[in-house]
Amino acid sequence: MNGTGEANSIRRLAELAKTIRSKNAGTDKITFDIIFRERETYEMVKRSGALTPERVCALYGIDPARLTDFVAFDPAFAIKFTFLRKEPSGSPGDGDIFGAQQYAPLLDVEVDIGA
Amino acid sequence: MDSLKIICPNGHLGFAPLKPASFHIGVDAGPDYIAADSGSDDIGPTPLGNDTSCSPRDWQEHDLEVMLLASRKLGVPMIIGSAGDTGTNSRVDLFVGMIRAIAARHRLGPFRLGWFYSELDREVVRAKIRGGSPILGLDGRPELTEAQLDGTARIVAMAGVHPFRRLLEQGCDVIIGGRSSDSAIFAAAALHHGFPEAQAYYLGKVLECASFCAEPYGGKETVMGEITATHVDVTAMHPGQRCTVASVAGHAMYERSSPFSEYVLGGMLDMTNCHYSQLTERTARITGMRFEPARQLRVKLEGAGKVGERFVGIAGIRDPYTIANIDRVIEWAREQTRERFGPDGWSLHYSVYGRNGVMGDLDPMRHRPGHELCVVVQGIAPTREMAEEVAMTGTRQMFYARLPDVKGTAGGAAFPLDEVLPASPAFRWTLNHTMAVDDPMELFPVHTDRVG
Repeated sequence: MNGTGEANSIRRLAELAKTIRSKNAGTDKITFDIIFRERETYEMVKRSGALTPERVCALYGIDPARLTDFVAFDPAFAIKFTFLRKEPSGSPGDGDIFGAQQYAPLLDVEVDIGA
Repeated sequence: MDSLKIICPNGHLGFAPLKPASFHIGVDAGPDYIAADSGSDDIGPTPLGNDTSCSPRDWQEHDLEVMLLASRKLGVPMIIGSAGDTGTNSRVDLFVGMIRAIAARHRLGPFRLGWFYSELDREVVRAKIRGGSPILGLDGRPELTEAQLDGTARIVAMAGVHPFRRLLEQGCDVIIGGRSSDSAIFAAAALHHGFPEAQAYYLGKVLECASFCAEPYGGKETVMGEITATHVDVTAMHPGQRCTVASVAGHAMYERSSPFSEYVLGGMLDMTNCHYSQLTERTARITGMRFEPARQLRVKLEGAGKVGERFVGIAGIRDPYTIANIDRVIEWAREQTRERFGPDGWSLHYSVYGRNGVMGDLDPMRHRPGHELCVVVQGIAPTREMAEEVAMTGTRQMFYARLPDVKGTAGGAAFPLDEVLPASPAFRWTLNHTMAVDDPMELFPVHTDRVG
């Protein structure tokens, strides 16, 4: 027992989401999709405040001006956000031309399911 | 006709081969068209700049052959857009040549082959700028300057439905398109038969990545879209896959910044009020899409500019003290390159795998490197000879980095190779812009020929 009673209501986003992915959206942006299996989990994560524009900017250490889109997409039970790359995809030194491995930090985002 | 059926076997023809089993199930379902997109700007700027494909020739020809044989057997048109990854003129000619060769090999025909080009001369763009029609940047880019234009090696314009429709009107049975919007390839066929724009562009949007709109996950399998005046139905052809509300709605978000809008030459597909329902176990139905015509015709342009010739070196690091000081090691190697070549006219790029090689500054874990590092060094310079020496200096000098407290004084890096490797030249996306046109056909010349 941890004594606080709160830690039990904390889950990693990876445990809650069906899909967590990243991909280029054109040459200048990377887009992130977090998709849930059922409406209840989707609504709960939205309510928790674990995924907000401020939180994702802090997670990736980016200036909020780089975040171009942040939407909750009800038909897919999904949260989606997009930010501008520093350099276009495939510029010399870019380590991820497709933008496909940029989602990893989202896996460990902590969600308070008791919220 | 009340409905039209199109099958799509591949979301990026050539990048990996289509799976024939589900394709033939799709062919047996009696489609009215067989179509696929072959392009992507995901592959970085080098194929466009260098005018090459990133797909192996055999894989391109494999898919074209499977599709052409089915198209001729059924007697239905086959449409390919954005030939050969980039949709440049050389890639269109490559695919047109493959179609002719496949037709000759199988004694197909006669049929009418149509194709169009999308490559754009820099001087056309310059004339627009000088004529007072600015080339507007997308995604926060500023207006294009003539200096940026001069630094651009190759440009393609993104065609809409128009050249495809023109070729269908001319009776073409097989169409090879230059660079074009993914959805336009399919929408053109639906519009040709009088279906409404909203449903037509949605049909293209949902089909363009083939089985990426189905579940469970599995690429390169065939899907079929059926359009009517009111809705689009999409069905997975692979027996183990289904198109579900979740998979189709999920695909609406794929590799785009917004799930609600899709811009094409001539307008915008608005998916804000799309309604998704499960028609049968493997078929989803979509209604509620809208199309908003553009007030001004603006063509999207893609352009790549050459940065320089490139060589690549690889170094490994195991000493924990050196790992903790890897940035000083890199700075040492840069300094040696500066001493040899001066402060500019070359560049070195270090990707430090085991620390943040994949994510760079975006990685929240970049302050916690692993117990060994792999450093990939890119050396870039105007000539191959110089690029090789820059890469070699930037790699080998890591061995000689002078860290004050290092115990290992016989070499500060481990080399898996004692050479640097030639790579394709480095390019940069210089154009992600739009240009005004008076006529949606003005940049896309069409050609036809009889085959067989």
